[in-house]
Amino acid sequence: MAAKSLVKPILYLVLIGLSLFYLMPIYVMFITSLKPLDQVTLADMWKLPTQIDFSSYVKAFTKLAPNFLNSIYLVVPATLISALLGALNGYVLSKWRFKGSEVIFTAILFGMFIPYQSILIPLIQFLREIGLYNSIPGLILVHVVYGLPITTLMFRNFYASIPESMIESAQMDGAGFLRIFYYIMIPLSVTGFVVVAIWQFTNIWNEFLFAVTITTSDQQPVMVALQNLSGSQIVQWNVQMAGALIAALPTLLVYIFLGKYFVRGLLAGSVKG
Amino acid sequence: MEPVKVSKQSGTQVSVNLPKKKKKLNGDRLLAIAFLTPSIILAAIFIYGFIGWTGYVSLSKWNSLVPDFSFAGLKNYLFLFQDYRFQADIRNTIVFTVLFIGFVLIVGLFLAILLDQKLRGESLFRNIFFFPMAISFVVTGVAWQWLLNPSTGVNLFLKKFGLDSKWYTDITIIGGFHLGKIEFGIPVALLAVIIAAVWQMTGFSVAMYLAGLRGIPEELKEAARIDGASEFQVYRKVVIPMLAPITVSVVIIMAHISLKIFDLIYAMTGPGANFVTDVPGVYMFETTFRGNYYANGAAIAIIMLLSVAIFIIPYLIISRRGEK
Repeated sequence: MAAKSLVKPILYLVLIGLSLFYLMPIYVMFITSLKPLDQVTLADMWKLPTQIDFSSYVKAFTKLAPNFLNSIYLVVPATLISALLGALNGYVLSKWRFKGSEVIFTAILFGMFIPYQSILIPLIQFLREIGLYNSIPGLILVHVVYGLPITTLMFRNFYASIPESMIESAQMDGAGFLRIFYYIMIPLSVTGFVVVAIWQFTNIWNEFLFAVTITTSDQQPVMVALQNLSGSQIVQWNVQMAGALIAALPTLLVYIFLGKYFVRGLLAGSVKG
Repeated sequence: MEPVKVSKQSGTQVSVNLPKKKKKLNGDRLLAIAFLTPSIILAAIFIYGFIGWTGYVSLSKWNSLVPDFSFAGLKNYLFLFQDYRFQADIRNTIVFTVLFIGFVLIVGLFLAILLDQKLRGESLFRNIFFFPMAISFVVTGVAWQWLLNPSTGVNLFLKKFGLDSKWYTDITIIGGFHLGKIEFGIPVALLAVIIAAVWQMTGFSVAMYLAGLRGIPEELKEAARIDGASEFQVYRKVVIPMLAPITVSVVIIMAHISLKIFDLIYAMTGPGANFVTDVPGVYMFETTFRGNYYANGAAIAIIMLLSVAIFIIPYLIISRRGEK
């Protein structure tokens, strides 16, 4: 019994130790971002700032603000459109299956796993052709298209749990395809929309490969601007850390307030749902 | 969109309505297919069409700014496999994938089991392990570039123990031996990137394992305990084997992330001296969009795709089949 009573404190100790490891990067980013440049020395890296200095935030914000806005213009429409399309696809693929619909679904799902490098060259040629290269609408299109597999998957699994009898009785009452979708499926899938929207928001906000190849300078989303910040000649670590925190803030806030739904999205991405 | 008429008739007239309803059902089915069609077309063009086009480019001579689609055969692929940088990429991808997945599985399972012990503050701990998942690889790269800066950070601690790692600037290859043009082994610099990647992605395996653990009935564990199994044996003999399907899923998901990784490495270290932290994703990006070697870039992309497809396709087929 004496051994047993020791187990819990040890478990806590291990958990706290690991938690500190997981929080360490955030701690260092945060204290570094609050230091004036002359205090950002390698030796003092772990020490708290002697006085709090917001100038790195001002600097980082001035540089990142336009790109931050770009990210918002990108992520809001892209998230909404891809969620809506995903809901429609999921509805068809779960409640209106037809011959070959399973094959189509699997074929769409494959798009979720491909390395995007394998479509990048034609994609850019195509975007140039239709005049959307180096534009936010171009990026929106890209994120809607390549978001289709995951949003379709999430909604399809979500709708699969809605009983068939509900659809049948609605049909008895004479409701058709669109009416059932609008009056039954959408109201029943509010949670589904939240999960998918959070998932898409986080992914599109954090995405880098499309952003860096499809847009240049003033059209670039915030992650590319952040990366450029570190690419400049003199590395001002405090400004960089402030910039990283600013860029990460929206998704962190979403996680803090809606983390439960984020984790659901995480689990839904593993195909089996 | 045509407005859908609602029949006001009640269910008593089912037999009268039946033929009409059948017809309507067909109309709805067509409508359903019509709504799916745009997505099918988009997927056909943007996924399969573009992959096909990339494959075509990879067989062409387009290695300059001006597109040149004349046929080059497998020349670009042959070039890559004899290329020092690409050989280094293959080594790095293998090392990265194995170590990254290994750590994500072990740390994830360990944390999940800890969190499953009905401790107080479990949700706080869970949130701490999950939150890096919500952060961009670029942010992670920037943060860890600072943390693992050779002359600082973690090293200030390690130096007290007599360790002095150069982290991502180290060009040492552990256990290196000659293979092709490169030194095969574990590049020290890559370990820095692996630490950052594991930090970011363990949340996924913790979440998956935790969901799995919650699904194992308590009676099963209890039965094993009654049979005299120690707590450790309960996990080793009963719980962990039951988690095998989850392990498979985690391995597949992590493997495809690892094989196409780009942003973390690009933001944190770049290719590195001697390409010690280079990966195909970074090479493809640089050679295509900085060097205008489109055909070479396309060949790298196709190799990346094949490496993912080899296990994703069976996984998709099997898990889709299992669903029915």
